[in-house]
Amino acid sequence: MLRYTLKRLVLGILTVWFIATATFFGMHAVPGDPLSNDKSTTAQIRANLEAKYGLDKPLLTQYAIYLKNISQGDFGISFTQENRKVNDIIKEHFPISAILGILAIVFAALGGILWGALTALYRNRWPDSVIMFLVILGISVPSFVIAAISQMFLVNINTLAGTTVLPVGGWGTVWHMIVPAMVLGLSTMAYLTRLMRSSMLEIVNTDYIRTAQSKGLPKTRIFSRHQLRNAILPVVTVLGPAIAGITTGGFVVEIVFAIPGLGRYFVEAIQQLDYTVIMGTTVFYGAFLVFMVILVDLLYGWIDPRVRINP
Amino acid sequence: MSEQTSTSWQPSASDFAPKPKHQTADAITRPAMSYWQDAWRRLKENKRALFSLYLIIGLVTFTLAGPYLWTIDPSAQDLDQIGMAPGADRNVTIAPAYQPWYGPTDDQTYANDNALGLTLVGNATSQAVRLAWRGNDYDQADYGYKIYRTLFPLDAGDAFGLPLMESKNHYFEDRLDLQPTDYYYTVVALDSQGVETDQFATLKLTVKRVITVLEAQQRGLTKNGPVAEGEQIKLALHPFGTDYLGRDMLARLIYGGQVSLFIGIFAPLLYVLLGVIYGSIAGFMGGAVDQLMMRFADFAVALPFLLFMILLKVIFGIGPGESGVLPMLVAMVILLWPAPARLVRGQILQIREEGYVSASQLLGAKTNYLVFRHMIPNTMGVILVTITFQVPSAIFTEAFLSFIGMGVAPPTPSWGSMCNDGIKSMLTRPHELFFPALFISITVLAFNLLGDGLRDALDARMRNRE
Amino acid sequence: MRSKSTSNSNTHSNSLSRQLGLYFVLAIVFVAGLLLALNQLAGLMGTATQEAQAVDFANNSISAVLREEPPQLDSSKATDSTSGLVLGHIMEGLLRMDLQDRLSPAIAERWEVTPTHATFWLRKDAKWSDGKPISAADFIFAWQLALKPETGSEYASLLYPIENAEAINTGKLPASALGVSAPDPHTLVVKLTRPIAFFDKLVVFPTFLPIREDFYNATQGRFGSDAKDLLYSGPYTIKSWVHGASMLLERNPHYWDSNRGKLAQINFAYITSDATATLNFFKDERIALARLQAENLTEALRLKWPIRRFADGTVFYLEFNHREDHLSRNLNFRKAIQHALDMEELVYKVTKLPGYLPGKSLFPEWLIGVEKTLREEYPASTVTVDSAKARAYLALAKEELGLAEFPEITLLTSDNPVSNIQSEWLQEVLKQTLGLTIKIDKQIFKQRLAKMSSGEFGLLLGGWGPDYNDPLTFGDLFASWNLNNRGRYKSEQMDALVATAQNATATPDRMKAFGAIQQQLFDDVVILPMYERGVTYVVHPQLKGVKRRVIGAETDYTYAYIDPDA
Repeated sequence: MLRYTLKRLVLGILTVWFIATATFFGMHAVPGDPLSNDKSTTAQIRANLEAKYGLDKPLLTQYAIYLKNISQGDFGISFTQENRKVNDIIKEHFPISAILGILAIVFAALGGILWGALTALYRNRWPDSVIMFLVILGISVPSFVIAAISQMFLVNINTLAGTTVLPVGGWGTVWHMIVPAMVLGLSTMAYLTRLMRSSMLEIVNTDYIRTAQSKGLPKTRIFSRHQLRNAILPVVTVLGPAIAGITTGGFVVEIVFAIPGLGRYFVEAIQQLDYTVIMGTTVFYGAFLVFMVILVDLLYGWIDPRVRINP
Repeated sequence: MSEQTSTSWQPSASDFAPKPKHQTADAITRPAMSYWQDAWRRLKENKRALFSLYLIIGLVTFTLAGPYLWTIDPSAQDLDQIGMAPGADRNVTIAPAYQPWYGPTDDQTYANDNALGLTLVGNATSQAVRLAWRGNDYDQADYGYKIYRTLFPLDAGDAFGLPLMESKNHYFEDRLDLQPTDYYYTVVALDSQGVETDQFATLKLTVKRVITVLEAQQRGLTKNGPVAEGEQIKLALHPFGTDYLGRDMLARLIYGGQVSLFIGIFAPLLYVLLGVIYGSIAGFMGGAVDQLMMRFADFAVALPFLLFMILLKVIFGIGPGESGVLPMLVAMVILLWPAPARLVRGQILQIREEGYVSASQLLGAKTNYLVFRHMIPNTMGVILVTITFQVPSAIFTEAFLSFIGMGVAPPTPSWGSMCNDGIKSMLTRPHELFFPALFISITVLAFNLLGDGLRDALDARMRNRE
Repeated sequence: MRSKSTSNSNTHSNSLSRQLGLYFVLAIVFVAGLLLALNQLAGLMGTATQEAQAVDFANNSISAVLREEPPQLDSSKATDSTSGLVLGHIMEGLLRMDLQDRLSPAIAERWEVTPTHATFWLRKDAKWSDGKPISAADFIFAWQLALKPETGSEYASLLYPIENAEAINTGKLPASALGVSAPDPHTLVVKLTRPIAFFDKLVVFPTFLPIREDFYNATQGRFGSDAKDLLYSGPYTIKSWVHGASMLLERNPHYWDSNRGKLAQINFAYITSDATATLNFFKDERIALARLQAENLTEALRLKWPIRRFADGTVFYLEFNHREDHLSRNLNFRKAIQHALDMEELVYKVTKLPGYLPGKSLFPEWLIGVEKTLREEYPASTVTVDSAKARAYLALAKEELGLAEFPEITLLTSDNPVSNIQSEWLQEVLKQTLGLTIKIDKQIFKQRLAKMSSGEFGLLLGGWGPDYNDPLTFGDLFASWNLNNRGRYKSEQMDALVATAQNATATPDRMKAFGAIQQQLFDDVVILPMYERGVTYVVHPQLKGVKRRVIGAETDYTYAYIDPDA
């Protein structure tokens, strides 16, 4: 098991290196540059800026310097936030995205598994239809509409109550997180609900369930030991990438609820073509994703002995 | 050998003759069906699935046949009916063309029922509302006025509404977005510091919607013969209302469906298919191949989507204003396959260990057979859920990419971008968001029901039951 | 199968839903525990937002929103409007604009500009936030810093009227060669390379703000990136700056002018660019001022909020590409478009916000001329929109260009909703009136800039905001050497006029030159002014004295106070 984990880690580092390389050259191939601004600057001032950021060197040299720096854990200095280190940006804002993401994923996973199991049990009857309707509503409306509507709803609740029931934005306490996390996790929850339902239905007819039934095991035991546990597998599979997706995809929610997460920096960096922040966040998220995938694979083996990988 | 057995039984030629066929006894009670025939039969029996099929056919017909039935140009702007809700009043009076106004003439008479002598000059029309006032020059020096407008009756102490102008003149012409409704205009006198005094006058008036003969011609309202000034006609009919530029929502929904349904159906189908193939190969092969393939999937999923969309746009060389639907499709396929691949691989790993797969392998089944006969059908449920869920996400991805200039070029509409545009005016003009969202919801509903039906129909374990 | 499963499914699912119910309860307990843990964790990080209250009379504080995070607050490098807003509260330079938008003394008690020199006499009671006096050396250091090539200041060129400034910026001379001297700590003498009539107006710009050398060096390259890395000369100091989240300003006890800084605290509690969210914060009484969009006006009227408007000083226009091989090089083609587009329709029916003015000139209405406004002294010529005339011009252009059919024309725009609507309007009008096919080339920020610089456009939606309070900030835009002349319009006459406007010292002569520039822009249809942008906003009824500025801090709370009776 240890050898397997080590092997995965080495492969993971290689993957991250690939991600860094592709993003680096992709980014430089995009037209435009981080130094241009609404008002043009003179050639001299531009040259000063290029020298300051090392953009006057050949691309391959820049790449080599960059690789050397990230191998030492230094992502450089942001182009748009001129005196801030990308390391600081990640250090300050990633935990916020992560906390929000964890909460969203927990809402999504718990909700998805529960509703999914429920719809499978009541297949084609009214709970199934009601949840199906809600699921479709949840994914047919873009997330920023849901974010805006839920915020408006909060304002109305606060106005009606005459006091702050829940804050409408900002960050700091758990009360700031609940609604944004729910909005963030909604579409994942909808997806997991349907996925869970589908895989539950598939498992009802498998041999081991029938064996368990014929052995006369109590229904609840079959349900929790066999059905639920096996049906959760595809849910776990999508969970890894979903965690990474949710922590990066929080852009809309972060803007609407004025949450200082990393998602905003990530999206704005691409629009501003802020080279160092693009690289920093991409490499960081890449590493995070790779790590999550390894974690999920290990978790997978623990949940399902059949796919336990032989070391 | 033969001598030993000859004592008990002698075979004759007749023993080796074929047995006569007993047609009645061995008759098969129902026709043999292939897997797919059986699936189709079960699909047809599923009422929900059938309903969803009709829905999809309906949507496709709506968007493909729609242009022939509803021949309004989706990009034609009707600036007299911006953001009109369905069923809004369409009456309009023909009026002379707008002429600039430079204040009241010397013989202007002023009203006496308010503090400043605030008076409406001429008619209040959607072209312009002209106000003039005598002013308060008889009791204090004249430092100018502020003009406000609101839609709601004013009570004492209320804010006067929308500030339109600060002026030293004694007249004001309002042309800002005049709708056929009631307005309350307030003029407040200012003091020497430019601060509002308590000298103010409010005037309520009703604006009448007018257009000129020329405008009526341009908007095709003269089909029933020429129109004359003062005549009342009806503006063009927009059954689903109009958007922020007065464009017909129904026409835009019809044309928008072409883009959204195309992307919404084909993009997920293609990249999920690619993911399924990739994932099943990885899952089936296992070992080092699996490791390598999945690490490549990790790599692909970690690339920043937006950045690479921009890059692909450059690579494909999409010029300005050209439709980027196909490149967008390709780009989505290139960047979005890893998630379904991971999912399918996980499923395949699980199924590979099932008893029936081992049995099949022992019976000498080939890889192809195993994959297509056992593995893919058994992961169908998960695959279908994924495809159906990618439908709205593809529609919104298209809208987002179009918004940043990478998808369809304006004025081509799509449901997703109509949604995006409708959000801003969600509170005041909900129909601009409601209709596109409704169509997206119907599409998603149809595909989810169809997915459910297909899942049941394709479930190999349910074959020939019932 | 179905019959079998339904026969026992009732009992089956009942017991199972009980099981599920148990899981549900467990899940809730788990989530509650998780929430508690996350609450602790979030508390530890110290990124909590200040509790926001729109207007807090007891603590004499207000809350507001910032549209984006200031990239940093190093005045020598600041370029964006949010930095300008914050710097306007925490810093003070030699001169400032007062409530009536007149130039007024700040750290300089009095000043004098001659054709060769500018002299500023600093007040003796002006102090930094650490109590030390502000001296002339602090200005010299800041200006030298901005000019050093390695600083990479984008606005360094504003300092070029000072002797040797350009040579320092291009690395030809050391920073110490700058033509600024301090005969004593309270006198600053600036040597000018050429006569510049508005040098005093120029020093209001953030690049001219003071920076103290010992403090700057102590921050080790992090100057301006955090609250502790700043030294303040203005009425407020930053008490806390949580990146991406909030910024809390507190009255600077060492500030000399008791007329400013009436509020004890200004809490920029949120940083978001989302208009709907901003409005929700206002509705929830979290912030005291919020911008309105055309779509929210009805709601604001219904709630009877006090609505204000102001022109933010920015002018937007349609730029033509004057490069070789572009259709828009043809004057009659440009005239055709001039006669086809009704900017009043654009402003009154499409944009629909009070405060926007239909564009008539490159020079916005607020610019001051000799005595009255420039536009009153030199009224802009206008054309009446006339589609028949427009078509006639187009036919002429077609003939001159020898075209059988007009090719498609590219309109380069940005990816924000406002330019979206405008470009779609323009596209449809030109199609209806002139039969031209316009292709909209929507590009995100940096890609658009790249295309603007390389000239890959036929038409361009452009705009310009003022840097300093003189018509020249707009007036030199279409000189052939100006890099912001994206269409590369080239005319000797224009260049001569711009040179006059730059070098003449007598105000009437300069204003005459601006009048002539305005006329030439119109006659030659160099650009097509579209509108002057306006801002419509709501203010909390108890908050008084908020000043909106065209130059400097866009929203200025330094004179604001709370009136609890309102």
